[in-house]
Amino acid sequence: MKVGFDLAMMKGLKKWRLFSMLAALVFFLAACGQEQISTLTPRGPVASEQFDLLILSTAIMTFVIIVVVVIYVLALMKFRRSKVGENTIPEQVEGNTKLEIVWTIVPIILLLILAVPTVWLTYKQAEVSGMEQVDEEGNKTALTVNVTAKLYWWEFEYPDLGIVTAQELVVPTGEKVYFNLKAADVKHSFWIPSIGGKLDTNVENVNKFYLEFDKESEGLKDGVFYGKCAELCGPSHALMDFKVKTLSPEDFDEWVAVAQEEVPAPSEESEDLGEQLFVSNSCIGCHATSGVAAANQRGPSLATFGDRNRIAGFLEHNEENLKGWIKNSQEYKEGNLMPVYPDLTDEELNALAAYLMGLSVENRE
Amino acid sequence: MSAIAQKKGFGSALWDWLTTVDHKKIAILYLASGGFFFVVGGIEAMLIRIQLAVPDNSFLSAGLYNEILTMHGTTMIFLAAMPILFGYMNAVVPLQIGARDVAFPFLNSLGFWLFFFGGIFLNLSWFMGGAPDAGWTSYASLSLYSPGHGIDFYALGLQISGAGTYIAGINFLVTIINMRAPGMTYMRMPLFTWTTFVASALILFAFPPLTIGLFFLIFDRMFGANFFDHTMGGNTIIWEHLFWIFGHPEVYILILPAFGIFSEIFAIFSRKRLFGYSAMVFATVLIGFLGFMVWAHHMFTVGLGPTANAIFAVATMAIAVPTGVKIFNWLLTIWGGSIKVTTPMLYALGFIPSFVAGGVTGVMQAAAPLDYQLHDSYFIVAHFHYVIVGGVVLAILAGLHLYWPLMFNTMLSEKLGKITFWFFFLGFHATFFIQHFLGLMGMPRRVYTFIEGQGWDLFNFISSMGAILMAIGVIVLVINIVMTTVKNVPVGNDPWKDGRTLEWAIPQPVPFYNFKRTPLVRGLDTFWIEKQEGNKEGMSYAEPLSDIHMPNNSFIPFVMSLGLFIAAFGALYNGEKAWAVPVLVIGLGITLASMATRSLKDDHGYHIHKEDLMDHKGGNY
Repeated sequence: MKVGFDLAMMKGLKKWRLFSMLAALVFFLAACGQEQISTLTPRGPVASEQFDLLILSTAIMTFVIIVVVVIYVLALMKFRRSKVGENTIPEQVEGNTKLEIVWTIVPIILLLILAVPTVWLTYKQAEVSGMEQVDEEGNKTALTVNVTAKLYWWEFEYPDLGIVTAQELVVPTGEKVYFNLKAADVKHSFWIPSIGGKLDTNVENVNKFYLEFDKESEGLKDGVFYGKCAELCGPSHALMDFKVKTLSPEDFDEWVAVAQEEVPAPSEESEDLGEQLFVSNSCIGCHATSGVAAANQRGPSLATFGDRNRIAGFLEHNEENLKGWIKNSQEYKEGNLMPVYPDLTDEELNALAAYLMGLSVENRE
Repeated sequence: MSAIAQKKGFGSALWDWLTTVDHKKIAILYLASGGFFFVVGGIEAMLIRIQLAVPDNSFLSAGLYNEILTMHGTTMIFLAAMPILFGYMNAVVPLQIGARDVAFPFLNSLGFWLFFFGGIFLNLSWFMGGAPDAGWTSYASLSLYSPGHGIDFYALGLQISGAGTYIAGINFLVTIINMRAPGMTYMRMPLFTWTTFVASALILFAFPPLTIGLFFLIFDRMFGANFFDHTMGGNTIIWEHLFWIFGHPEVYILILPAFGIFSEIFAIFSRKRLFGYSAMVFATVLIGFLGFMVWAHHMFTVGLGPTANAIFAVATMAIAVPTGVKIFNWLLTIWGGSIKVTTPMLYALGFIPSFVAGGVTGVMQAAAPLDYQLHDSYFIVAHFHYVIVGGVVLAILAGLHLYWPLMFNTMLSEKLGKITFWFFFLGFHATFFIQHFLGLMGMPRRVYTFIEGQGWDLFNFISSMGAILMAIGVIVLVINIVMTTVKNVPVGNDPWKDGRTLEWAIPQPVPFYNFKRTPLVRGLDTFWIEKQEGNKEGMSYAEPLSDIHMPNNSFIPFVMSLGLFIAAFGALYNGEKAWAVPVLVIGLGITLASMATRSLKDDHGYHIHKEDLMDHKGGNY
């Protein structure tokens, strides 16, 4: 069978080229995208395993594409009517059982090569029993973060540490961090591309998974990894970003220690005009200023506001943007649930912005 | 016989279109309205790409963008791709199996008008307070939260047009089972008939879950039920399951007829019998069957657990096997053939690499842990556009050229057709290939804008430029259609000269009663067999010339659909406007009354007499 011969020859030839192509592919992919947000630059074992699966599947599929394209191009070159003659009536071949078997069995083998690591990783990455492990004194051995997704912001609660923050996730490197994911209003999805794949935050149940962070984020472009909402959740879905700050275990412990300190509640009697306004305009009704607070707040905790990389998850972190946001947040993030404050004077806005920028865990006096 | 030769004024022509039960005219109705919605959906796509051409763009607001995005998907799937394919099925399948018409001509008309009114209702949302904005998947927590009436238009509009689709599916099942010409066994059915058959079976089983899901949504939003409200004991994941139990087979409802069209094209323009016919049939049935076993691969990130994810991952990979069988059989069909690159063939040749690319990224996403990264990113956007544009839309454009002579007795310009192809094809790859990388680089889908400096700016710009090329292609196509219609040069019998199946054996223009005498089918590609044997008569016939029984036209399907259209407004404004409930009742009353009229009034149709048939041109050669 001529066709079979051609096929076999092509396969032999192509396998060689495949190797060099594969190497080029990995190189090309890794050069694609930015480290803080690209799945192609995995910075943790979960994303790495997923990236390996990407390379494996791409390799297999490239092989399939090459086989198809070779037959396709050869057929087009050899059997054009201009080549075979205007009045030729080709032989009306019914089919070929051997060929049918070949192109049934070979793909099955290729798919099995992909299916085995797929099933293995599916179970591996769903393993969350480590979340419940305790040491001799009954303390949890692993860090757990409860993530609550809200329109359009993220709350991060560290249940074993008594800390609640928002918008910027702070985690230690080099250990498994477990996550409990839930949505408070509509469905969202929690995704840190360079650390690992996404998992939905459903409204009716808690989803659990783990991630592991290999690299400290300090050297990155913005000093943070980017996190995204990956499920359409309303007008401002595109802006429902969060950031991830990864610290060495020692730095993380330090951060925890400071965050756990009680901060006096803002008071209207304060000498700071910003702090007064924060109370008198009822900001305090939704926003906590201390890291030690109850979870499931109406607005994002501002305890780490001064440390953040972005305003509202996506705007550049400066007072100008902050003032604009306070005045009319709807203009920036359509459909968000914060009231607008168009009547604040410039002086008041300045004071408020200065006060908020001073709320910090990293630089707390 | 008055029905044979007539000159009509505009009014009576319009009346004829509104009341027709002729499968060939209904095909044109489907094609025209599907084509209209295709243009609407295309304009929406262009708006999307304009908005995303540059970072931080403010061409569209966030809310409006979500409406356009939702309507683009919903329109393209439900109101463009499916109806156009139904148009081809209607135009071709009865001829291809040598039938007088479909089994239920009245239902055929009803199916069309339900689809039409449903589509109009859905699109009226633009003018009545805003379109749906929860994506074409309309996931329950967001669709319940969404303010305004957009989602109500979605649920009611799809419910009405879905009923039409369901009716059409049943009609084709019955037609193909019962009305094949003598000698056409199942294993002599052309592939387009086979794929129509399997797609219709998929409709039969896939649409009920959608209907149920939509009813839950309608009751939740308009009548105070709580199927999806978790605070009241409901569950939003149920919507996801119902939607995807419908939604995944829906992909095959679209792609199988596309496969059928390409199977016809490869055989015709290679002058060669379809390679591995029985394997092709088996693969079609297997794809249809497996199509129901994989819906949860759309839900890998929902948190169904590793066992469910692993099972659905492997099941999904399995679909690649019969699909691969098809690809290789097509390749071997052209292998050793005599390939003539006409416009339809050009589309078919463009389809192979495009669809293979879409297929392999599908297998990649079947690997569940990898899908955790790819899901809801631009990678999936690239993937399904490769499958649906690279598969279904290319088939629609190929079919338009292939079947245009059969439907309109004229030939679209081959030259303009090829220009359209190259613009569309290159534009398509420019638009979507690069989106794979955007997804891998962390860009989520369904975002109305993206912030500068995340490494996505250039690729998004290239993608938008590609979309412009596609738009140019479509504009050239419209020019082509207009010019061809104006010139109106009739084609002869067997317009492509290498027709193989029964539909090409019929004289042009196709008589309204189809074959004068039912043909006798003597094998696969029966017309080809007759031509090779030099049959002067064109076909062998299974019966002597005799009276033909024809159905009467009817206005009832139009009225029946109009009733539901009116009732939908009542449901929409329930609890808000005082007139809502009366309108709901009146609308349903109109539908029920027309159903009663249909049931109680005898309509025996009419006969075309033998003598009239003999005089009519295009009869015996």
